[in-house]
Amino acid sequence: MSKNEKKVTIIDEKTFPRVINRIAHEIMEKNTNLNDLVLIGIKRGGSLLKDRIKNAIKNMEGVNVLSGDIDITMYRDDIFKISPKHKIETTNIPFSLDDKNVVLIDDVLFTGRTVRAAIDALFDFGRPRRIQLAVLIDRGHRELPIQADFVGKVVPTARKEIVEVMFKEVDGKDGVVLR
Amino acid sequence: MVNKVNWLHKDLISLEPLSREEIIFLLETAKSFEEVLERDVKKVPTLRGKSILTLFYEPSTRTRTSFEMAAKILSADTINISVSTSSVSKGETLLDTVRNLEAMSVDVIIIRHSFSGASEFVSKRVKASVINAGDGRHEHPTQALLDLLTIWEYKKTLTGLKVAIVGDILHSRVARSNLFALRKLDNEVRFVGPATLVPEDFKKLGAKIFYNLEEGLYDVDVVMALRIQKERIGDGFYPTEREYAKYFSINRETINFAKRDTIIMHPGPVNRGLEISSDVLEDKRCVVLNQVTKGVAVRMAVLYLLLSGGKVEN
Amino acid sequence: MKIKINNLTIVTSSGLFRKNLFIDKGIIKKISDKPISSRGVDFLIDNENLMVFPGFLDMHVHLREPGFEYKEDIESGQRAALSGGFTAIACMANTNPVNDNSAVTHYIKCKSNETGIPVDVHPIAAITVGLKGEKIVEMGDLKKAGAVGFSDDGYPVENSDILRKAMEYSKCFNIPIICHSEEKKLSKEGQINEGEVSLKLGLKGIPKEAEIIGIYRDIMLAKLTKAKVHIAHVSTKDSVELIRRAKKEGINISCETCPQYFLLTEEEVLGYNTFAKVNPPLRTKEDVMAIREGLKDGTIDVIASDHAPHHIDEKDGEFELAPFGMIGLQTMIPLSLELVRLGVLDFQVLAEKLSRKPHQILGLKPPVIKEGEEACLTIIDPHYEWVLEKDRIRSKSYNTPFLGKKMKGKAVYTIKGGKVFEIED
Repeated sequence: MSKNEKKVTIIDEKTFPRVINRIAHEIMEKNTNLNDLVLIGIKRGGSLLKDRIKNAIKNMEGVNVLSGDIDITMYRDDIFKISPKHKIETTNIPFSLDDKNVVLIDDVLFTGRTVRAAIDALFDFGRPRRIQLAVLIDRGHRELPIQADFVGKVVPTARKEIVEVMFKEVDGKDGVVLR
Repeated sequence: MVNKVNWLHKDLISLEPLSREEIIFLLETAKSFEEVLERDVKKVPTLRGKSILTLFYEPSTRTRTSFEMAAKILSADTINISVSTSSVSKGETLLDTVRNLEAMSVDVIIIRHSFSGASEFVSKRVKASVINAGDGRHEHPTQALLDLLTIWEYKKTLTGLKVAIVGDILHSRVARSNLFALRKLDNEVRFVGPATLVPEDFKKLGAKIFYNLEEGLYDVDVVMALRIQKERIGDGFYPTEREYAKYFSINRETINFAKRDTIIMHPGPVNRGLEISSDVLEDKRCVVLNQVTKGVAVRMAVLYLLLSGGKVEN
Repeated sequence: MKIKINNLTIVTSSGLFRKNLFIDKGIIKKISDKPISSRGVDFLIDNENLMVFPGFLDMHVHLREPGFEYKEDIESGQRAALSGGFTAIACMANTNPVNDNSAVTHYIKCKSNETGIPVDVHPIAAITVGLKGEKIVEMGDLKKAGAVGFSDDGYPVENSDILRKAMEYSKCFNIPIICHSEEKKLSKEGQINEGEVSLKLGLKGIPKEAEIIGIYRDIMLAKLTKAKVHIAHVSTKDSVELIRRAKKEGINISCETCPQYFLLTEEEVLGYNTFAKVNPPLRTKEDVMAIREGLKDGTIDVIASDHAPHHIDEKDGEFELAPFGMIGLQTMIPLSLELVRLGVLDFQVLAEKLSRKPHQILGLKPPVIKEGEEACLTIIDPHYEWVLEKDRIRSKSYNTPFLGKKMKGKAVYTIKGGKVFEIED
């Protein structure tokens, strides 16, 4: 990393849990029947965020919401171009999504292609009643008609910039920075 | 755990040139694909629009079906061609056959051939990716990979195991692929069988040689029986099948030479009562059918890795 | 034609000398230390880097004509031989029809004379009719037509009794029997040397013992019959040892090896390289060293190429279907010079193995560099570096594992029949 590289903090460590709590609140507001609610995290950042939201709901309501993880590699539209190859993570949805209210969770919403792939994937696990989208950061530059239902923060960015989301579990601290 | 490998191979011909990391990466990828096989909807769009050709110069049901299943689950289109080996000498050459087929925009050619080196020969002359589904007595890489995946599931590790491969080692492509892969992962590989079928020079390639079943099976974690390839044998590698079975068959008694929690494998098809007995096939330690399931996942992983990403010529 | 050679290194049986040569009407008129006057000279060779050898003879060549002209014919074979610096070659009998009767021998002699290419072609006839190992050929008639030796090369004469009789009968005409020594029952269907590489590639191996047993039998039959016996293409350590002992015992045998057996190992086949599929197969490092030792101590008399052209359509296919053999006429000089560079042989001994010995074995008068002798010379530049590209190959086929490899040393001229032949680059 070069020394003169600019790094702007978007969400600091202290604000991070508050944002998550707010998203959790909004999800519960819109989905009153928590028994029909399913949280699906998109690997890997979305999965970590999903775990946090799930915990937040549990702390507030005492309910263990049904949840799973999805790896969208098999559904990507640029599969013949990406290289070097990352490992495909294991998808884990050991239940049917029939008639569920699914909240798809990702850390950053950018072009919308990942979400498109994830929606495709979800249909291989049943026919959900509704799919909503929750993201921590919406950075713009959509290439598909997709928008989030729950957003932590909207951040206008340049295409070249990188939004880096950090989670305590893997990065040692929470936060979001723009590089 | 290997998270990222710069997989640049156009083809999968043999395991011998692959690195330890590449093999593990392949297996980990296969593990992720196993999940798809457990879904109700066994279909992902990964290889949509790709065409995959199976070109088999030797009869096979299991391997071919397994490849076809893998391709179809990944949404690729498949075409199957069987060529009887007898037409090789009178018909067009292998090279002409594959060039013509490639001209129809095939992305992957999966080839099985009775001659060692046939797959490598084809791979060097076509732009399509080539997967070796068994070439003569050379290698059968996807079989060894599915064996490894099976071992991994039951033994929870890929290294430090003692694996006995029993039977017709000389003519076995499965034995060679397993030897190369298992050695790269630091396992002990024992070749067990009559000396006519277990050449001593395999020591130079890292195998331990046993002519006695009891010694060969002592303390092993995995027993892999190989099919006696009756079609290749016939010029006196052993006196009679009766005598072979007496000294080298895996049965209820001889399996006790191995560790109590050993697993019993066989690449199929099985000659019941010759290299392995029916009661051992029914034993709960026998994982033969699980091997078959793993085969589909492994072949999905191979297809995925060869086709995705920026293609690089070897 | 008057030819003058200025200040070149001359390789003779008594040593290397820097001399001037004057050749007139095909005879070496003068060899002197002092420069020879240039007056009236038609051709002058004046390049101090060059070396003059007695004309080279490759005694193991497959010309493929009649019958397999798509691989090679007499003319293209002669061209390749000239380019390789040979003044003569001997060609094997496995043509179609087989050279087992005087008509075929006569055809080869006539055809090779008609081409006008200055490379003498000496036919080697079959030992048995049709190379079938059953019935001895008409040796007397064949010798009269120009055959210089008998060989079923490609096959051993499996029946020892028939080979014994052939050896005995050959004594009437003082003609050598050239043995392709191999125990076929042991090597059957083998593809490459048996060992690590054959196991790795899953190819059926040919154990060294197939050759060793074959050679032992042939030595014993030579001992029994006292015939003149020559063992072709020796490739293993134990073969060299057997021949060494036989010679010590006084048995009348000679033998040859080929550049591939003193330079290459079985590893060359990795990747299923059909150009390295030869019979006998390429062996191991240990064998290569033993072959060099045999060349050094004189156990191995001759270096021959076993030039075996095959069409690319036959070689560019499945390994197990590809025929055995590689071409070797044009690479003989650079590859043999490798032995000099490795310190195995000196130039003088090299001249023995490429010229005097093969001539003697085949009952031909060896060329000598001496005043009053006929001028039959191979002139080489031992330091010339070049690459064996396809378009430099004069043979009709290009099946050699040395294709694309760097070569050092090349024939520049041959002199024969009173004429100088400049070898194109």
